[in-house]
Amino acid sequence: MTTKNFLFVNRKAPYGTVYALESLEVVLISAAFEQNVSLAFIDDGVYQITKGQNSKGIGMKNFSPTFRALGDYDITKLYVSSESLAERGLTVDDLMELTYEDADDDYAEKPSIILVDAKGMAAMMAEQEVILSF
Amino acid sequence: MASLNIGGKDIALDEEGYLENLNDWTPEVAEALATAEDVTLTSEHWEILNFLREYYEEYQIAPAVRVLTKAVGKRLGADKGNSKYLYSLFPYGPGKQACKYGGLPKPTGCV
Repeated sequence: MTTKNFLFVNRKAPYGTVYALESLEVVLISAAFEQNVSLAFIDDGVYQITKGQNSKGIGMKNFSPTFRALGDYDITKLYVSSESLAERGLTVDDLMELTYEDADDDYAEKPSIILVDAKGMAAMMAEQEVILSF
Repeated sequence: MASLNIGGKDIALDEEGYLENLNDWTPEVAEALATAEDVTLTSEHWEILNFLREYYEEYQIAPAVRVLTKAVGKRLGADKGNSKYLYSLFPYGPGKQACKYGGLPKPTGCV
């Protein structure tokens, strides 16, 4: 099978609509087909990977723990918009600690989150072959 | 809708035999689902079922078979973290069959 660079762009808050959850499902399916998958979190999408989510009051499943499994699926590049974080008064410390084990470096645990500005985000997008926006 | 009767309680199953309600799961349910497919659960099976249940508890997903194989190898040793071993326990596919007995949803990405 041909391997392509897939980017999933997440722009919406985790709850209230089904976009975030559906995106994550497609991400996991793409990775199961051994594609080279990266994720981007822009606008309210940055809320999807914030720490300490509790969805009990709205009767939806808190699916944020699933982001911590992405490393197992060899999804190791999560690009987060630094402007979107700043606009919401957030810093990288408000995000979950998402890591992967680098098989090429004796399985050392490394951070998956990559903070980028708009220019860096554009450059990264230019390298993708398939971009899906949620 | 299919169902399973355990100790007088009806447990709803979906069209592929997975639990409709994940909270219905008990070890007896696992035994009954396995028996229905002519499988006798051994301690080796249980090791994988327990592992899957812990994985689901932690990550809220049933792992794809590739991920399961890798994770089992890390946790239980390389002699168990390979397709041959897992298929010897779960010949219909370790992802599908073990998730079913373990009371997990069908793995994401599993067709």
